[in-house]
Amino acid sequence: MNLYVPIVVLGALALLFAVGSVIMGSFTGPKRWNRARLEAYECGIEPTPQPVGGGRFPVKYYLTAMLFIVFDIEIIFLYPWAVAFDHMGLFGLVEMVLFIVTVLIAYAYVWRRGGLEWD
Amino acid sequence: MTTMNAVLAAGGPELHPQAAEGVQSVAWLLIALPLAGAAILLLSGRRTNKWGHLLGTAMSLGAFVVGLLAFFQMLGQDAEGRSRLVHLFPFISAGSLKVDMNLLVDPLSISFVLLITGVGSLIHIYSIGYMSHDPDRRRFFAYLNLFVAAMLLLVLADNYVGLYIGWEGVGLASYLLIGFWQYKPSAATAAKKAFIVNRVGDFGLSVAIMVMFATFGSLSYQDVFGQASQASQGTITAIGLLLLLGACGKSAQLPLQSWLLDAMEGPTPVSALIHAATMVTAGVYLIVRSHAIFELSPDAQLLVTIVGVATLLAGAIIGCAKDDIKKALAGSTMSQIGYMVLAAGLGRPGYVFAIAHLIAHGFFKAGMFLGAGSVMHAMNDDVNMRKYGGLRKVMPITFATFGLGYLAIIGFPGLSGWWTKDGIIDAAFEKGGTSGQILGWLALIGAGITAYYMSRLMFMTFFGEPRWDEDVHPHESPKVMTVPLILLAIGSVAGGAFLILGDRFAKFLAPVVGEPEAAHKLVTPYTAIVFALMVVGVGLAYVQYLRRPVPRTAPAGNPAVTFARKDLYGDALNESLLMRPGQWLTRLTVYFDNRGVDGLVNGLAAFIGGTSGRVRRVQTGFVRSYALSMFVGAALVVGALFLVRI
Amino acid sequence: MTPVYMAAGDIPTPHIEYGRLAPVLIVLGAACVGVLVEALAPRAQRYGLQVLVSVVGLVAAFAWTIALGIGDQPHHVAAMGAVGVDGPTLFIQGTILVLALMSMLLIAERRHEDSPFTAQASTVPGSPEERESLVAGLVQTEIYPLVLFAVGGMLIFPAANDLLTMFVALEVMSLPLYLLCGLARRRRLLSQEAAVKYFLLGAFSSAFFLYGTAMLYGFAGSVRLSEIAAAISKQGGDEPLLLAGVALLSVGLLFKMGAAPFQAWKPDVYQGAPTALTALMASCTLVAAVGGVLRVFYVGLETLRWDWRPMMWAVAILTMLVGAIVAITQTDVKRMLAYSSIAHGGFLLTGVIATNKAGLSSTLFYLAAYGFTTVGAFAVITMVRDAGGEAGHLSRWAGLGKRQPLVAGTFAFFLLAFAGIPLTSGFTGKFAVFQAAMAGGAMPLVIVGVVSSAIAAFFYVRVIVLMFFSEPLADGPTVSFSPATATAVAVGAFVTLVLGVIPAPALHLAQSAANQLFVR
Repeated sequence: MNLYVPIVVLGALALLFAVGSVIMGSFTGPKRWNRARLEAYECGIEPTPQPVGGGRFPVKYYLTAMLFIVFDIEIIFLYPWAVAFDHMGLFGLVEMVLFIVTVLIAYAYVWRRGGLEWD
Repeated sequence: MTTMNAVLAAGGPELHPQAAEGVQSVAWLLIALPLAGAAILLLSGRRTNKWGHLLGTAMSLGAFVVGLLAFFQMLGQDAEGRSRLVHLFPFISAGSLKVDMNLLVDPLSISFVLLITGVGSLIHIYSIGYMSHDPDRRRFFAYLNLFVAAMLLLVLADNYVGLYIGWEGVGLASYLLIGFWQYKPSAATAAKKAFIVNRVGDFGLSVAIMVMFATFGSLSYQDVFGQASQASQGTITAIGLLLLLGACGKSAQLPLQSWLLDAMEGPTPVSALIHAATMVTAGVYLIVRSHAIFELSPDAQLLVTIVGVATLLAGAIIGCAKDDIKKALAGSTMSQIGYMVLAAGLGRPGYVFAIAHLIAHGFFKAGMFLGAGSVMHAMNDDVNMRKYGGLRKVMPITFATFGLGYLAIIGFPGLSGWWTKDGIIDAAFEKGGTSGQILGWLALIGAGITAYYMSRLMFMTFFGEPRWDEDVHPHESPKVMTVPLILLAIGSVAGGAFLILGDRFAKFLAPVVGEPEAAHKLVTPYTAIVFALMVVGVGLAYVQYLRRPVPRTAPAGNPAVTFARKDLYGDALNESLLMRPGQWLTRLTVYFDNRGVDGLVNGLAAFIGGTSGRVRRVQTGFVRSYALSMFVGAALVVGALFLVRI
Repeated sequence: MTPVYMAAGDIPTPHIEYGRLAPVLIVLGAACVGVLVEALAPRAQRYGLQVLVSVVGLVAAFAWTIALGIGDQPHHVAAMGAVGVDGPTLFIQGTILVLALMSMLLIAERRHEDSPFTAQASTVPGSPEERESLVAGLVQTEIYPLVLFAVGGMLIFPAANDLLTMFVALEVMSLPLYLLCGLARRRRLLSQEAAVKYFLLGAFSSAFFLYGTAMLYGFAGSVRLSEIAAAISKQGGDEPLLLAGVALLSVGLLFKMGAAPFQAWKPDVYQGAPTALTALMASCTLVAAVGGVLRVFYVGLETLRWDWRPMMWAVAILTMLVGAIVAITQTDVKRMLAYSSIAHGGFLLTGVIATNKAGLSSTLFYLAAYGFTTVGAFAVITMVRDAGGEAGHLSRWAGLGKRQPLVAGTFAFFLLAFAGIPLTSGFTGKFAVFQAAMAGGAMPLVIVGVVSSAIAAFFYVRVIVLMFFSEPLADGPTVSFSPATATAVAVGAFVTLVLGVIPAPALHLAQSAANQLFVR
């Protein structure tokens, strides 16, 4: 049972932190309501214009963000391969080409269907 | 002979059927012919309207001819050679699960084949006349053929799976036939009721089959009966009781009797077919066929006899109170099948009489049902006996044939019923002990009541002054209807004597159910008592219904009469035991299935209106409750796993 | 513990058996080609090309699966043990591919209306833009690659030999389905709501699956099923970590099957999704999910069976009863079939619980039998149409048997098969599954199964009675006929009949597939 003590402690700490920060925030945080607080969060840039009076939400910012993540992850995969390139030999090369081609197919689709255009 | 005795000591003869030869090797034609008839009639559509009924009848007659030929071939063989196996194809064969689809042609199955195809063909012929004005006659004949095919499969299969398929098949066909006049709401309800009550029985049968498979690893009669003595007592009793539940459903025995009376809503030939020749006898067949199991479990056997006696009394009492001629006959059917079930529960001396009574009953009850149809035909489809009276003069053939059936069923000496029913009563007394005495006396009393209610029916219909409605002009039915009546009447008169005299039937059936210990005595002390009770019953009915005029409306009776008129409150019982809980369950599920409520209330409106707003309103936010239910479920799963550890 | 830091030279060069993985690769490759078609082909030609690519891909994958199964018993692992290629897996994959092909007939159907899917998914339901896109005759052809991706995931799911591969397969199969659920042409709001519900609950269940995987990794030090099994037999099954992991993993798997108490999504999603897609989900997804359940419980947790059996018993009993009882009150035909599908999941679980060869082979047979019947039944539903699309409400089906005897008769036949009436595949399947459960000592389970199939028979028969014994509606629905849908119906009915009358060959196939169990 000793094995689980650290996990239990960790869980308790996590719970404490989650609950504690919510409570702390409500006590200590300044409460100044303004328009910006109600706007969509787009990493701090000026948000894309919302339709007047609510309604549907433009998602082009998120689309771009998602595409960024896709290519970001591709890089993450490329990195260890680059380290072990010699060792993997032809097999590694073929696999990596296949991987990049797959991502490229998605890229071609996004590009051709206007996913990269802001407006 | 010594080996034979050894086998008998082990609980009945073992089946070692040989491969079939000659006509018997094409015994599959018995099933294939009516099945083909049903398929042609159902698939061909209106094109066959003109000659469809003839095709259906021909198929049934063809099966009868095949059955007869197979029967004669069997007579030419010695006792060991009378059980023949017709190998068709391996139905299911996977690992330990092997079910070969074989047909078993033996004395027991061939008796049923002749009864089913013989009486069935007569009913087909009769229906040509009876249904001649019905626009859907072709469909009716298709269902009749389907019914015959399924029933033949039921009795010919050499294993319980085949039997089960036939069992479900007759259920389906009877459902279709009872509900044939579905524009009558009562007919549709009756069809549903028959179906539902039968599901209860079928459930018993299907579980019995599963248990048998688990115990014996096979479902062929040969294997199951061969190994039955090795199974534990508890298992055998469980199988026996489950089989009994199945038999109760199909054969309308207590407590699953309620559908039979309602099933009278179908066209009359249906009543005859279902109630005399075929479906209701399936339960008796099942018990007799499985005798090797019942013989190993005295408890199950005792329960069989109790069910039989209770039903024979209940049916007789219901028969006394009904003014509807078909329902009175239905009560009588219940009662007579009670006799057969009683006999089947009595062990080896009883089997022969159970089947003999079944065959005799097939003749006289089919004759009477068809006779009742003939009467209704004459009376503009009125079924109320209080509006009959004095029909013997205008319908002489119907009267004569019905009268012979009547004499047979009340056990008039020399006619079919006397031979077979007295045999059952004797067998009950021979059982010995207190239980034998109780069963015997109750069966005796039942015979007296039978005489009373059948005489009542007879007197109200054919004797006394006419009490007809004004626009009714009774007439004798056409030949196509009366000829079957005459043929059935011959069977009612002579069938019993033919079977019982000289133990002819007992010897015939011996390869299947075993030789009875002693030859059957024709006259016993109880014969006189039965006869006396019969005279009392007839006399009582004479005083009540012939000496006094019969009122056209039923008089308000005392509580006992009301009790009987209401089918002994069978429906009320069913309602409180089965229906109410079912309804609560339904309501409960509605409560849990939110959308179900909306569906019921708004469904139609939402569909027609179809506006997105309404749909949106119906569809708001259940996802969080779903997620909650998942979370609770996950907690339960975790809890369950840990609980097992503790 | 393996060291966290590894030099480059320590990474072993993996090897991948492309030949053994080909069915999966072909389907996923076809999906990629489909994406390229979307990117490069002109709009007018996309539909034809997409259908071609999908059908060719599925047929080729099926042919390859057959080729793998012929000859000596396949019993291999591929891709460094991440994927198993063995008899049961190939049987399941073949079944999925055939059923997907049948569903594809419905998905590609353009005779009833332009397409069962929405013209442009991005438009607001009921908005002028939607009407414009309808008038312009736009078609969302992305559905084909999406379906192929989903099918690819379904092929990997029962083959995955480690829990991480299985999780990836789960997501590959689920994500396209979430999206496709929301693309119904008619009753868009219902459809979109179904998609959101399915997505949220699916994500929830994925979390359970992942959490369970993590715990099992904590217990065994590996996510490979065979190593989990080895760890259980070495360390015994007392670890709370193990039990909690098994429980959470089961939740994730049972959710995909729609077993109670995780069945809540099924009726809503089946009803809201486009019927062609419902056919795909009710057949292929169920087959894949049960395949995954089989593999996890037969390979990874087989030695622990005395611990999970009581829990699975309870789940199976609850599932059968909930499915059968709640179905009685349903008034929508798709919803009713959804509950029926839940109940069938329970019947399948009785076969899973047996954990023996008979249990495996009978479950495989049941899956195939049920899959064909269910695609056929949903195909009939797409044919019976009102002015507003499919006639979903049961009251609209009244008297259909009198006006369209063939269509109603076929549907009645499918319903009888669901009810397990003899001479249909449903009877044979139930019989096989129950007898396997019985041989495994699960008598009470079989009794509940028989009782609930008796209950279930009521609502199937109720529909049959409604179709054949009620007066037809004056403005009743019409039957829209088309060769593709009719083919799907005919194949479904034919297989249902054949497996009911002469089931021996198919049972043999399932049995020989199950002969060596799953590869470890």
